[in-house]
Amino acid sequence: MTGNGWLQIALFFLVLLALTKPLGAYMAKVFAGERTWMRGLLRPLETGIYKVCGIDENGEQHWTRYAGGVLLISVVTLLFTYVLQRIQQWLPLNPQGLGNVGQHLAFNTAASFTTNTNWQSYTPETTMSYLTQMIGLATHNFWSAAVGISVAIAFVRGFARHSVKTLGSFWVDFTRATIYVLLPLSVVGALLLVSQGAIQNFDSYTKATTVEGAVQTIPQGPLASQEAIKMIGTNGGGFTNANSAHPYENPTPFSNFLQMIFIFIIPAGLTYTFGKMVKDTRQGWAIFAAMSVLFFAGVWVTYYFEQAGNPNLTKLGIASAATDTQSGGNMEGKEVRFGIANSALFTTVTTDASCGAVNNAHDSLTPLAGLVPLINIELGEVIFGGVGSGLYGVLMFAVLAVFIAGLMVGRTPEYLGKKIEQKEVKMMMLAVLVLAFTILGFAGAGANLGTVGNSLGNHGPHGFSEVLYAYTSATGNNGSAFGGINGNTPYLDTTLGLAMLSGRFLMLIPLLAAAGSLAQKKLVPVSAGTFPTHGPLFVALLVGVMVIVGALTFFPALSLGPIVEHFLMHAGRLWS
Amino acid sequence: MKQLIIAIRVTLAFTLLTGVLYPLLVTGLAKAVFPHQANGSLIQTNGKTTGSELIGQRFTRPEYFHGRPSAAGSDGYDGLASGGSNLGPTNKALVDRVQADLKKFRDENPTFTGPVPADLLTGSGSGLDPDISPASADAQVTRVAAARGMSPDALRQLVAAHTDGRQFGILGEPRVNVLGLNLALDQAAPFKK
Repeated sequence: MTGNGWLQIALFFLVLLALTKPLGAYMAKVFAGERTWMRGLLRPLETGIYKVCGIDENGEQHWTRYAGGVLLISVVTLLFTYVLQRIQQWLPLNPQGLGNVGQHLAFNTAASFTTNTNWQSYTPETTMSYLTQMIGLATHNFWSAAVGISVAIAFVRGFARHSVKTLGSFWVDFTRATIYVLLPLSVVGALLLVSQGAIQNFDSYTKATTVEGAVQTIPQGPLASQEAIKMIGTNGGGFTNANSAHPYENPTPFSNFLQMIFIFIIPAGLTYTFGKMVKDTRQGWAIFAAMSVLFFAGVWVTYYFEQAGNPNLTKLGIASAATDTQSGGNMEGKEVRFGIANSALFTTVTTDASCGAVNNAHDSLTPLAGLVPLINIELGEVIFGGVGSGLYGVLMFAVLAVFIAGLMVGRTPEYLGKKIEQKEVKMMMLAVLVLAFTILGFAGAGANLGTVGNSLGNHGPHGFSEVLYAYTSATGNNGSAFGGINGNTPYLDTTLGLAMLSGRFLMLIPLLAAAGSLAQKKLVPVSAGTFPTHGPLFVALLVGVMVIVGALTFFPALSLGPIVEHFLMHAGRLWS
Repeated sequence: MKQLIIAIRVTLAFTLLTGVLYPLLVTGLAKAVFPHQANGSLIQTNGKTTGSELIGQRFTRPEYFHGRPSAAGSDGYDGLASGGSNLGPTNKALVDRVQADLKKFRDENPTFTGPVPADLLTGSGSGLDPDISPASADAQVTRVAAARGMSPDALRQLVAAHTDGRQFGILGEPRVNVLGLNLALDQAAPFKK
C-alpha cells in the first residue's frame, strides 16, 4: 500500500462527504414537492408527464397500492425489454446486423435490468443492437433506480409521518426521482465522461489497420449516455463486455474517480435526505458514520491483499512491491491507469453499493480481496448501498439494532419515535431471511449440479466461489461477477433470473408493509428511557448487528470458498 | 386496472424521455463540445485509421514496445472481445501462462535481469489496456534501441516524453501509452519493415 494510494482514497471520501449534504437537502425538497432551483426548467416536464400518463399529483396511496405501482411498472418494463430483444433484428439502429436474442438469455437480461442487477450473461458488443441498449437497457437504468429511490422515500415516510394510512404516491415519486435527480445528474455526468474519452455516436464499428498491419475492429455507439446512468443509478451493466475496465467506458483516472463518486453520490445523499425527512439530521449522519466504518474496513482489506499480490507469481521473479514507476501487486485483471489502489477502491465501492460495474476482473482477485465484495453484497448492500435500496436496507438493520437493544434491557424498542412491534420485526426478518435463503439455497444446489460445474472457469475452492458469487450477486441485485463462469446456459440464466426477482421484490414488499404499519402509529414522546439513535453507541451497535446478522449467516459458505483458497494459495496449491 | 394503464403510459413516456431524447441530447452536446472523444479518439495516419488513442494494439516485433498480455480474442487485443482472462490466483493456467511469457521476455530482453514489473506479465481486465507502466517500458529500452540502431539514452528520452504522470498530480498511476510511443518512435527513428 502506498501513501499516494491512501491519499486518493481519502480524497474520494472527502469529496463524497462534501456532496452529501447539498444533494441530500435537494432531494428532500424534491420529494416533498417543494421549490428547488431546477423547478423553473423542469416543472413543465413534470406536469406534462402527469397529464399524459393520467397521474394525480396529490393522489396519496396506501402501502398496498404503492407496492402495486412498483410491481406493475416492473412487470410492464420487464416484458417490454424481453420483447424488444426478441425482435431487435427487424428494428432500426442495428448497424452490425445483430440477430434476435434467445429466450432464456432475453429473460435473464430483462429480469436483470428490471431489478437493478445488471448481471450480464452476454457480450454486449456482439449481442445487443444500439436500439436495444438505448431503449431496452439504458431506460431500465433510470427506472430501476427511480423505483429504488421511491421505495426508500416511502419507507422513510413510514417514520416521518404518524397516524396516517398512506405513504405518498408512487407515480409522483417515480417521476420526480427521474426528472429532478437522475436526468440532470446523468446529462452532466455523461458529458464529463465524454471529455475524458468516453464515446457517444451512432457510427458503425471502426475498422482500423494497426501499426503491425493487422485489422482491429473497434466498437462504437451511444456509450457515454448509458455509462453515466449506469453509475448514477447503481446499475452497473456495461455497454461493453469489459465494463468499466474498457478504455471507452472508463478512459482515465479522473473518469474512474467520477464513476466511483457517481455510484455513491445518491446513496450518500439519501442518508441526509432521511435525516431531513425525520427532522433530525443527526439520525442521517449516524447512518452515514456506520456505513463509513464498514466502507473503510472493506477498502483496507481489499487494498492490502491486492498489493500483497499472488505468491505463486512472486516466486517466479515478478515485482510485487510498488515503486514510483510501477504499481506491483496482483495486476492480473487490472488496468495500468488504475493500478492497485483505484482497482481495490472501485471493487469495494461497486459492491458496497448495488452497482456491480467493475474496473477490474473480480475473478482474478486474490482470495481475501475477493471475499470483500462477497461480504459487501451479502450484508445486503447497505454500505451506502444501491440508490434507495441502500437506505431502506440499512434502516431495516437499524430497526433490528434497536430491537436487539430493546431485548437486552427488556423495554419495547423505539426508533425515531415509533414503537417497533411484532409486525415490523417480522417483516424485517423476512427480508433478511429471503436474502440468505435465496443465495445459499441456489448456490448449494448449483455446487452439486454437473450442469453448473461445466460452466466454471476455475476449479477447486475458487470454482465454488464462482457459483457463490453468481447467486450472491444476482440475489443482491449487484450484477458484478466472478466472470470466469459462463452464465449463459438455460439453467443458470433461469435460476439467476429468479434469484434477482426474489432478491428485489421479496425484500421490497415486506419493507413497504412495515412502512405502512409504522405510518399508522402514534409518535411516542422521547423519555429518559429512550435509546438515542444518533450517537456513537448506536453507530457501534448498528455496525455490530450488520456484521453479525449479515455476515455470520454466510460464514460457513465463505470458509469453503475464499478463506480456504487463501491458505491453499500460500501452500502453493494450484488447480487445472 | 387504472394503475396498469398508468404503468403502460409511464413506460412509453419515459422510454421516449430517457431512451430517446436523453441519448440524443447527450450525443448532440458531446459532438459539439468534444467531437474527437465522442467519435472514439481515432488516430488517422495518411488518411487511414491506425487505431484509437485509448485502445491497445498487439505489438510483437522487436522494434516496437510491447503491451501487456491480452485475453481479448484468440490473438489478443480483439476489439470485439473485450475482457480479462478471469483466471483465479490458484489456477494452474495462470501460473503456466506467466511462466511462458516470462521465458519469452527473458529471451527477447537478455540484458534486463531484475524482477519483471507485474503489469508486463499480467493481462488487463479489458484486454485492451493501451498502457504499460514506465518500469515496463524501461525494461524494453535496450532491445528496442538495438533493433532500431539508436542510442538507449535517446530512446529513454523519447519514453520519458511519452510518459503520463498521475492525472492532476494525484489520480491514477503513471503510465506510457504504447501505441502513442510506437508511432512517435516510427517518426523519430524509422526502420524498414
